[in-house]
Amino acid sequence: MEKPLTKNIKSDRQPLSLEEYESTGGYQAIVKALKELSPSEITDLVKKSNLKGRGGAGFPTGLKWSFVPMGEDAPRPKYIIANADEMEPGTFKDRLLLEGDPHLLVEAMIVSGYAIRADLGYIFLRWAYKDAEKCLRKAIQEAYQAGYLGKNILGSGYSFDLKLHTSAGRYMCGEETGLLNSLEGKRANPRSKPPYPQTSGLWGKPTIVNNVETLCNIPLIVNNGPEWFKGLSLTDDGGTKIYGASGKVKRPGLWELPMGTTLGEILEHAGGMQEGLKFRGALPGGASTDFLVQDHLDVKMDFTHVQESGSRLGTGTIIVLDDKTCPVAMVQNLEHFFAQESCGWCTPCREGLPWTAKLLEAIENGQGQPGDLELLAAHTNLLGPGHTFCALAPGAMEPLQSALKYFGDDFQRHIDEKRCPWR
Amino acid sequence: MLTDQERKEIEAELKEYEYKRGACIEALKILQQHRGWISDESLKDLAPILEMTPDELDNVATFYNLIFRKPVGKHVILVCDSVSCWLMGYESIREHLTSRLDIQLGETTADGEFTLLPMVCLGDCDHAPVMMIDETYYRDLNPDKIDQILDTIDRD
Repeated sequence: MEKPLTKNIKSDRQPLSLEEYESTGGYQAIVKALKELSPSEITDLVKKSNLKGRGGAGFPTGLKWSFVPMGEDAPRPKYIIANADEMEPGTFKDRLLLEGDPHLLVEAMIVSGYAIRADLGYIFLRWAYKDAEKCLRKAIQEAYQAGYLGKNILGSGYSFDLKLHTSAGRYMCGEETGLLNSLEGKRANPRSKPPYPQTSGLWGKPTIVNNVETLCNIPLIVNNGPEWFKGLSLTDDGGTKIYGASGKVKRPGLWELPMGTTLGEILEHAGGMQEGLKFRGALPGGASTDFLVQDHLDVKMDFTHVQESGSRLGTGTIIVLDDKTCPVAMVQNLEHFFAQESCGWCTPCREGLPWTAKLLEAIENGQGQPGDLELLAAHTNLLGPGHTFCALAPGAMEPLQSALKYFGDDFQRHIDEKRCPWR
Repeated sequence: MLTDQERKEIEAELKEYEYKRGACIEALKILQQHRGWISDESLKDLAPILEMTPDELDNVATFYNLIFRKPVGKHVILVCDSVSCWLMGYESIREHLTSRLDIQLGETTADGEFTLLPMVCLGDCDHAPVMMIDETYYRDLNPDKIDQILDTIDRD
């Protein structure tokens, strides 16, 4: 089984040096891109590969790039940004790439930057990833010294600079336009779209924001071609995926597997449930995805199939709920998170999420009232898609609406018995 | 007033951004590194170099989780309270920390040694429960392990 993204990562995660990275074929994608391919040819390769965004939304990467104005008249400077603000609860996959193989991201930024003729790149890194920060600073410095960054890269006439920005912590920084505001030194509130960042992003200039795992696939596609990339997958969504598992499984961790590996197989990689516990459900891709349950163990974990099952692939790092853990309390924890991290920019999110969290707290503490479940269900509509400025509140409603669907009896017991049956 | 060292570090960051205010989060972090937290005085010191007003800067400072607008202890404990850590026993970790330090979340010990803050997912979910003290991760926590960690830091 091919593991092109993580094949060079050492078991202790000590980062590859420039020499080590080069010795495994590293920086060859830049040579190929700059000497043999035009920017539009790279975008075409990415389109053909069917690479979809690994940050959670699953938007086709090549299509996203194709909206950037090109040619002499295009506004300058243009920017490319790696979203390394991995703050989705239960998600820890980009960290593996950032710490274990930082040059892969640096090379990815250069090749992707060339594809849209970007002048400047930023890696937007979350504050907590101190080890990744050290690895990336060193990798960027080494890449400059080797002539892969800076003016007239490898004599191609293409110039590109790369900078590292470390955040000060807030979930909203992971939202594309919130990230742009944060990078401009503002609160990470979302922006209205259109205009989209591809035409008017950082400082009002054309900007592409891609997730770390998404970008790291680009050098591989340039080196090996789109057919190879599609062949890595078990389904129509191209490539491999870094899946993960947390919760009460025997061996929590991360595994690079073919895209379309089933939920049940990922659980097997995690060693199954801990002794004495049963699987009740899982959030397939972070806190803002709908629960999947026992009936879904055969679901292929790609964008299309998970969506057909009523959830989203999201980040592909599953969070497992066991039978000795109260689902109401788990959802209460999630909604507390979303209420706290709401930026307060739009009313439904600012007011609705704390209300949701308080209702859940009351139910969990045995103070739930008849009608509370209907009220929660109403919130899942009122805070759903189309009612809010960005995707935070609709994302927050996904675990809640699916918990009401699959664990409705457990919610009802809390209200009827005026206590949490798990305590 | 900014010290020479603070000014030097902030000016290095200003070069990384097209517009000065772009560096304001980095500048706040630099000042916090030197002063422990961001006081009203610090905002006034910092605003001119970023071509912002102190209020504009406060608008940013109060938004981000890791900019402290109140004094904190010598060491800041960030205990993850998000879902994976919660599933793996966050509540017992919190109870142990609050009883051992004899403070509640958001408080600082009487000797000024530790501040205890809840923190959103730290991205180390296969090693839950997790906390950070200053810039170091502590993983796969249990009460005994927490005692050992705090004993070591206390002795420094």
